[in-house]
Amino acid sequence: MNWLFNFIVFPGFIFTAAIGMLASWFDRKLTARVQWRVGPPVLQPLYDFVKLLGKETIIPKGSFGTFVLAPISSLVSVTIVSTMIWNVMLWPERGFVGDLIVTLYLLTIPSIALIIGGAVSRNPLASLGVSREIKLLLSYELPFIIAMFVPVIKAGGSIKLGDLLTYQWENGLFIGSWSGAIAFACVLACIQAKLAYVPFDIPEAETEINNGPLIEYSGTPLAIFKLSRWMLLFVLPMFVIFMFMGGISLHGWHILWGILKYIMILGFVILVKVTNPRVRIDQALKFFWWGVTPLAIVAIILAFVGV
Amino acid sequence: MSVKLKALKRSIWLFHFNSGSCNNCDIEIVDCLTPRYDLERFGIKLVGSIRHADVMMVTGFVSRQAAPRLKLLYEQAPKPIFVVAVGTCACSGGIFAPSYNMAGPVDKIIPVDVYIPGCPPKPEAIIMGVVKLLSKLK
Ligand code: SF4
Repeated sequence: MNWLFNFIVFPGFIFTAAIGMLASWFDRKLTARVQWRVGPPVLQPLYDFVKLLGKETIIPKGSFGTFVLAPISSLVSVTIVSTMIWNVMLWPERGFVGDLIVTLYLLTIPSIALIIGGAVSRNPLASLGVSREIKLLLSYELPFIIAMFVPVIKAGGSIKLGDLLTYQWENGLFIGSWSGAIAFACVLACIQAKLAYVPFDIPEAETEINNGPLIEYSGTPLAIFKLSRWMLLFVLPMFVIFMFMGGISLHGWHILWGILKYIMILGFVILVKVTNPRVRIDQALKFFWWGVTPLAIVAIILAFVGV
Repeated sequence: MSVKLKALKRSIWLFHFNSGSCNNCDIEIVDCLTPRYDLERFGIKLVGSIRHADVMMVTGFVSRQAAPRLKLLYEQAPKPIFVVAVGTCACSGGIFAPSYNMAGPVDKIIPVDVYIPGCPPKPEAIIMGVVKLLSKLK
């Protein structure tokens, strides 16, 4: 029963969803403040979610199973990632060899679910968004994985999340070294794209292709997609903190320091979002392949040298 | 009041349809979202797809080209959907009423919940209209 509690209540679904909604509110509020507006109330994401649950669900002809399964698989994979990371953070001996790789895989599933869901919805704008999402996925996934292997090299080749964490607790945070700092910068650029935030919101581009893959979604499936997106807003920065900044420890005052780390990363991502225009898909591809990937490779080389 | 209705009242997503307006009403609708009026305070935001919408804001006198599309969009929307006619044109045809290509006004094509007259209505009037719509919901 323990794992069921873990998955559903803490640190799984309900906990992640609650913090994710709070993060989404923080996003909208900060955006509003930057634009000199007042912004929505704290419970706004909850209202949106409940309202969407109460709306009619329209399913395009001939796409029944996949259309509904795509958002659910997105939600489930984000929940699993959150459960795994928090379990290791609280009890570093939990986890298994290779759970880092499982996490990296699961983190791509929300994008893939978006691709599949958009593709079966049979809408020209959705398919345009899908093709952009595929290109974006191809461009940011490579530097993301390369940069994520810098901690692995520094920790002596372990691909177990718990080992990476205990290594940081004993020998200092990875972000404190040159290679770690460079990899951290690469990862920040990648999570901006993973969250599909401006300047990399090309697949959703509200002003040109009307939310792209999500255009045909309504009612409950849309609510689930939105929820998984909000949860990603919590899980991705958490994962970065875990890998480079020694996670969040829940002992006394440390928890405040942990929350500060999270808010710093989230705030940075949001500030980049509100102060930048959208780039084209080819510019994004060039940025990630010729800008971020070489930087990540430099970080890997530095990590091998031991700096 | 049920939970569903309460949530709906606090999270209205607008879809904006231009059925042949002179574009002035549309500018006024967008004006409601600017820092001065900031409708996002009440959870109101503009969405690009009719599948996400709760309220359809129709501007313009509904030309013959636009009429079938307006009807189609209304049928594509997930229920419950509410229709707001913005501007004198949408309410009655306005200065375009005698023209040869008029198929409207809006309530001839689809049922309308709230009328907001004005040429163009001020943002305050539009907000007033939306508030009236919200207080009508039960
Ligand atoms: S009501 Fe006036 S401002 Fe609005 S579309 Fe008609 S003519 Fe233009």
